[in-house]
Amino acid sequence: MADKLRTQQELERLQAKYVGTGHPDTTSWEWKTNIHRDTYSSIAGHPPLLSYIALAENEPVAKVRSRMIRKMLQPVGPPPPREGDEIFVPPRQNGS
Amino acid sequence: MATTSNMFLYSLTIQPPTAITQALLGQFSGTKEQQIITASGSRLTLLQPDPRQGKVNTLLSHDIFGIIRSIASFRLAGSHKDYIILATDSGRIAIVEYLPKVNRFSRIHLETFGKSGVRRVIPGQYLAADPKGRACLIASVEKNKLVYVLNRNAQAELTISSPLEAHKSGVLVLSLVALDVGYANPVFAALEIDYSEADQDPTGEAAKEADAQLVYYELDLGLNHVVRKWSDTVDPTSSLLFQVPGGNDGPSGVLVCGEENVTYRHSNQEAFRVPIPRRRGATEDPQRKRTIVSGVMHKLKGSAGAFFFLLQTEDGDLFKVTLDMVEDGEGNPTGEVRRLKIKYFDTVPVAQSLCILKSGFLFAASEFGNHHFYQFEKLGDDDEELEFSSDDFPTDPRASYNPVYFHPRPLENLVLVESIDSMNPQVDCKVANLTGEDAPQIYSVCGNRARSTFRMLKHGLEVSEIVASELPGTPSAVWTTKLTKYDEYDGYMVLSFTNATLVLSIGETVEEVTESGLLTSVPTLAVQQLGEEGLIQVHPKGIRHIVQGRVNEWPAPQHRSIVAAAANENQVVIALSSGEIVYFEMDADGSLAEYDEKKEMSGTVTSLSLGRVPEGLRRSSFLAVGCDDCTVRILSLDPDSTLEMKSIQALTSAPSSLLIMSMEDSSGGNTLYLHIGLHSGVYLRTVLDEVTGELTDTRQKFLGPKPTKLFQVSVQAQSCVLALSSRPWLGYTDPITKNFVMTPLSYTELEYGWNFSSEQCLEGMVGIHANFLRIFTIEKLGETMIQKSIPLTYTPKRLVKHPEQPYFYTIESDNNTLPPELRAQLLAQSGAVNGDAAVLPPEDFGYPRAKGRWASCISIVDPLGEEPKVLQRVDLEGNEAAVSAAVVPFASQDGESFLIVGTGKDMVLNPRQFTEGYIHVYRFHEDGKDLEFIHKTKVEEPPMALIPFQGRLLAGIGKMLRVYDLGLKQLLRKAQGEVAPQLIVSLQSQGSRIIVGDVQQGITYVVYKPESNKLIPFADDTINRWNTCTTMVDYESVAGGDRFGNVWILRAPERASQESDEPGSEIQLLHARPYLHGAPNRLNLMVHFYTQDLPTSIVKTNLVVGGQDVLVWSGIQGTVGVLIPFVSREDVDFFQNLESHMRAEDPPLAGRDHLIYRGYYVPVKGVIDGDLCERFSLLPNDKKQMIAGELDRSVREIERKISDIRTRSAF
Repeated sequence: MADKLRTQQELERLQAKYVGTGHPDTTSWEWKTNIHRDTYSSIAGHPPLLSYIALAENEPVAKVRSRMIRKMLQPVGPPPPREGDEIFVPPRQNGS
Repeated sequence: MATTSNMFLYSLTIQPPTAITQALLGQFSGTKEQQIITASGSRLTLLQPDPRQGKVNTLLSHDIFGIIRSIASFRLAGSHKDYIILATDSGRIAIVEYLPKVNRFSRIHLETFGKSGVRRVIPGQYLAADPKGRACLIASVEKNKLVYVLNRNAQAELTISSPLEAHKSGVLVLSLVALDVGYANPVFAALEIDYSEADQDPTGEAAKEADAQLVYYELDLGLNHVVRKWSDTVDPTSSLLFQVPGGNDGPSGVLVCGEENVTYRHSNQEAFRVPIPRRRGATEDPQRKRTIVSGVMHKLKGSAGAFFFLLQTEDGDLFKVTLDMVEDGEGNPTGEVRRLKIKYFDTVPVAQSLCILKSGFLFAASEFGNHHFYQFEKLGDDDEELEFSSDDFPTDPRASYNPVYFHPRPLENLVLVESIDSMNPQVDCKVANLTGEDAPQIYSVCGNRARSTFRMLKHGLEVSEIVASELPGTPSAVWTTKLTKYDEYDGYMVLSFTNATLVLSIGETVEEVTESGLLTSVPTLAVQQLGEEGLIQVHPKGIRHIVQGRVNEWPAPQHRSIVAAAANENQVVIALSSGEIVYFEMDADGSLAEYDEKKEMSGTVTSLSLGRVPEGLRRSSFLAVGCDDCTVRILSLDPDSTLEMKSIQALTSAPSSLLIMSMEDSSGGNTLYLHIGLHSGVYLRTVLDEVTGELTDTRQKFLGPKPTKLFQVSVQAQSCVLALSSRPWLGYTDPITKNFVMTPLSYTELEYGWNFSSEQCLEGMVGIHANFLRIFTIEKLGETMIQKSIPLTYTPKRLVKHPEQPYFYTIESDNNTLPPELRAQLLAQSGAVNGDAAVLPPEDFGYPRAKGRWASCISIVDPLGEEPKVLQRVDLEGNEAAVSAAVVPFASQDGESFLIVGTGKDMVLNPRQFTEGYIHVYRFHEDGKDLEFIHKTKVEEPPMALIPFQGRLLAGIGKMLRVYDLGLKQLLRKAQGEVAPQLIVSLQSQGSRIIVGDVQQGITYVVYKPESNKLIPFADDTINRWNTCTTMVDYESVAGGDRFGNVWILRAPERASQESDEPGSEIQLLHARPYLHGAPNRLNLMVHFYTQDLPTSIVKTNLVVGGQDVLVWSGIQGTVGVLIPFVSREDVDFFQNLESHMRAEDPPLAGRDHLIYRGYYVPVKGVIDGDLCERFSLLPNDKKQMIAGELDRSVREIERKISDIRTRSAF
């Protein structure tokens, strides 16, 4: 029992420390948002990759970088309505 | 791990990346001199600007084997030396110091704070140091910020505290700077966006309204604690912050830059805002808003409040931004800001970093293309440029205002003094030997927009010719000599012809000398200044010794003649045709004394060398004798063992030239070497033991098919070997790495050479070729790649070569750019109305932009002509842009080659959109100098890959692979198959096998079955590789690079490969059971290596004369690398051992684990990092000894092996 508790605590610690660590109730939207945010921050953090995109789009690197970070705000659209709040669409279908 | 692989490659960088991600100014040597630190890829480079010559010199370049994300410099109070903080992907913060004495970077502190890698919540993306050097803040894109307190202890050593956290979850950081607050508590300003509300709001309203916040973090030095001190909403488009001087120098605070918006903000001040002026011009869109992309703040010496900003927009326009302060009663500025002013300054290429030097120079590290070094002529203080002040504009960015405009103009305040070559971005690269020299050249296309270039890269040293004059006959040799021991410069130049000698005097003019005392009716074998004022001439019949006009002649014995001679300041030695060696030494009264005995050699002597007299000694103690029986002997010249043989070495061919000369070695000392040139064109360098005369540690290099001649010359005060074979070479010690390098000179063939020193030309060389006398110098050692560039029109996309002729074809396209026809139209319209029609050169000012428009062309490049240039340009019209190109011979046209170009119409890059795709066909005229458009064929999608295939064209169109033949009106579809999961971007083929590279789903092997005319995929990849380039290594294997910086080799399983080629196997292949939703077979990974740079092209070729095939890859940041295959297992074991010792003994500077770095995405497999192994020569001696001991070899042996593997296959 103590082990289980410790595992639980350890997981919670990880979740607090590393944004995006999953848990059994991770929704599809959360997962996707998280993956997209990781991707954008990775592009912004690797100079050759950023140059590659900037060169193709014919934009300055600095602009591409700030656009990538801005996209992290809401990369895959708004979250699905919470249970009880939704009016028409059940959350499962909306989220996937 | 890697031991299981049976393929091993040795990775080397032959040209390091030239892209600069960040540049910093500082006094890193601890002197008043300002230096520039740049981060390019994984390299940290120290540059020394030279204001007198207007040049920027590289002092040191250090590969840290990690991705440098951000760098900052700081200085402790009271100190004169700047330290460097490195934020890399190691999850550690490193503080580095430059040691000018040993020219090294040395790490002072290394503190771990998180996981390695470039991650979202691991600090490293942003780094800012307090201007007073008391603290630094390192932050991640999201959430995490760590503050380290920097201090010094009682021993005046730098100390670093444990990190203080300033985390806030749900926050994205766009920009981060340290505030200048004088000696108050350090404050850092961050531009943040909070997404926590947007994450909770299903309606999406919160995301739309998300504001950018300017947040101050204060480090309370007393409490040792960081607090979020102040925050305020700023313009939502803001993306960049600049520090405003504080303390005694100014009001403190920040400039917040966003779209058409520069705002001054501080916690205790009003906000002031100016818009960014827009360009006025006939072709400019008056509605387009500009953003600041880079900038620099500069404090002027003297008065308080004297500072200005240079901010740059995406067009490259620099704006000078100044702050006006409220003045107190006495007219002195107070700390209160009154207004913000902006005006146009000049236009320079878009920079990643700008550095203003105190000496009045501007270093602009361009994001693409050459870096520039400018000098300030003036500061734009009193010119006629319109100045816009914040008085006229509302502070709220949403409020309405009238946009302001300016006219761009050529440089007025800045003067370009040096342009530093940079191959960044390198888009495509080919290796070909067009000039007919021994070694091939590298041709690449780089740059963007109108600053694009086609570059030729040749391995060699740049030579500047001073004189090339024609002579009456064809001389066989040339010497220069001083007249007395005390002369500074050479006095005579002696030319030997087949039956005469010509003596010329060196001075203002070169004139023939008749009363030199030298015999002019015979050919000469050697000329040497001897003793104090003597001069000797060795000719076949004797030795002539001239002292103050008196001539002493030593005749050769009867029936014998002199065949070879060598001399130095004190000694003369000659070889007779009978094989005897006669030795002379100068005695105390200045006359030559013959040594009693003659030494008989076994064969005819071909060459002799004495070596210079070592300083402080009377004689050189060794004589090297080369005989035609393929041996070299070392004879002693010591008085008690004169002409005794010390050692002998057998050679593969008769020696044609010998040279005893000492050179600097990697440990910093001097070593005596015997340099041997062979008849076969091979050059050898052997260590000559100064005591025993033993010959050890031979290194060799093949220079060319002609006999090698060696001469001692001096370049940059260094003794070097000039080696002449079918082309001239120079052997020298690299100034930075201290390794011995043999580099060809970019010069004509020479038959004889000698050192040359005169008043006008201190360190020159004289050489002869046919009946030409040439005097030349070498200015810079160490830069072994010569670049020549030809300007192109737009950003290049692909490079293809004519199959027979030395012409290249580039396709170029620029997104969001006005095409020439629309430009002309707009100009014609406006020209009638007003004077806005002046067109500025696009290289400096760029092309006018227009959303959704494409400007694209095909250029024919002639790299070999009198003046290398673009011969012709074919512009594409109708908003079409070229995306792929190939030269295809069509069997149906009797093998005539055509240029095929794939285009897309109205393309939008992200998300991928287009209206149509086309394949254009052009016919070559005049051997490829001209193109004739034949027809174009409409296809469903822009074809991203084209190659010739069995006398037809193979095109990758989306997921579809299609074979076309050439028809009269259009291309005719012959076969097709859907083979790739997403988008085909690269194709390779051999026989019936086609290798298809998908944009993000890896490689698929496809076989073409002519019987049933089907394209059938039979093997695919295990990983989703985001391919950028591929090349076939052999029939089974393919090498390629991906978008994340990996290079890999994949191989098809043997059975699958055979089955695919069996005749009639199509039924079996078609109905084979798919394996895990893919093709029936999987490819095996043979080699995987992380290069840091993004490979844009990869080719299999050889690079040196007689070298084996290597893989040459080019990276977007300008890197050129090679992968050299290992031949023997012993070498692999040796280098694997060496590599693991190097990892332990020379760990990367910023604390990244080397093995993990090279296995960033996939564990490194089958590759040994040559760049790491080559750092062996930079290790201190004791570490070298230790590694050598562990490897059971000598240090020299290890160094030889490292240099051998490089010189055998690469530069």
